[in-house]
Amino acid sequence: MILQLITSFIAAASFCILFNAPARALLQCGFAGMIGWMLYLQLDYEWDTVVATFGATLVVGVISQFFARSFKMPVIIFSVGGIIPLVPGGLAYDAMRRFVENDNNHGIQLAVQALLLSGAIAAGLVLSEVMGQMFLRRTRRSGI
Amino acid sequence: MDSPSTDNTSINSNTSTHDIIDLCLLAGKIMLQSGAETYRVEDTMSRMAAALGFPGAHSYVTPTVIMFTTSRTEPVKLFRIAERTTDLQKVSEVNDISRRLSERQLTAAEARERLGIVDDAAHAYPVWLQIAAAALTGACFTVMFKGSLWDALPSLPISGAGFAAVIYLHRLVQVRFFAEFIASFIIGLLAFFSVKFGVGREMDKIIIGCVMPLVPGLLITNAVRDLMAGHLVSGLSKGADAFLTAFAIGTGIGLVLSLF
Repeated sequence: MILQLITSFIAAASFCILFNAPARALLQCGFAGMIGWMLYLQLDYEWDTVVATFGATLVVGVISQFFARSFKMPVIIFSVGGIIPLVPGGLAYDAMRRFVENDNNHGIQLAVQALLLSGAIAAGLVLSEVMGQMFLRRTRRSGI
Repeated sequence: MDSPSTDNTSINSNTSTHDIIDLCLLAGKIMLQSGAETYRVEDTMSRMAAALGFPGAHSYVTPTVIMFTTSRTEPVKLFRIAERTTDLQKVSEVNDISRRLSERQLTAAEARERLGIVDDAAHAYPVWLQIAAAALTGACFTVMFKGSLWDALPSLPISGAGFAAVIYLHRLVQVRFFAEFIASFIIGLLAFFSVKFGVGREMDKIIIGCVMPLVPGLLITNAVRDLMAGHLVSGLSKGADAFLTAFAIGTGIGLVLSLF
């Protein structure tokens, strides 16, 4: 459990180095990735993988919106860092490997799963953006 | 001329319409090459054009080309994009420049100068640090995919070697498919030998951790996001790009598995 916490933090932060994220955003990226991965692991016990991914992405998106406001950087930096542990890159590779090995049934199954997961992540990010905008409008209105 | 303000814009459009189009195209080019989403590129270009006096600007962006026009009757300008990576630093800097241009904190000439600097900027982290980061990522993903710490140990050098191979091979031959194929073949080979000599235990866990810095996970997600936002051509071509990358990696690993 603690091992998963540490590794997901390091994985997300070091992946952001590959994506050339600004150095002062690396810690927050790692944090977002860690939260997303832990939430995914917890939700994955009870629900379907797609639902768990969607829920984790939603929370990552909201956290990224919050970070973006407080650190004055675009949302994309933090949301990319946060979803890195969740994106189905490994699945896509695995699906292709099955196709190459002539295990087509298994390959199609994995490919569809990868597609559904990426759809869940995209939907989670879009929904969190909409929620962020609604929240922003409300605070602006109450501020005036 | 009726008023000083219209007079001003007409002078502007005579002297620098080309500069403004050039500025918007440059901003769009940097963002697209840095892996920004399609809607963000189009949005930034229209906003910058609006801030410089062309509120009716239109743009059409796909992963390989930017088309831009300042109004319906003007001819369309086109810019070809050959290569794309993910560079969050550049995306955020261009975002910043376009925001300050809209808030009139920057003039067009200043924005042009800053965009030029951003365009020329290299990766902020040195290559050895990128390779080290890739190595760490690989080892961590091995653990996250329920591999043991004994598997993470060989993952560290193997994923670093794989990433270094991609960087080096991509410089050597300009075909990305080939570079990814060879790199994943090297990863598979090293993982096989590490298990054979007893350094690691589960070859599958080592391999999947090590290919994580190369796989197109973010690309697939961006493809679906583009499709959802109605950018059908961009979404499909990004999907095809992701498919090719995954295919290259899968083939490289599959070759190793079929050899031994």
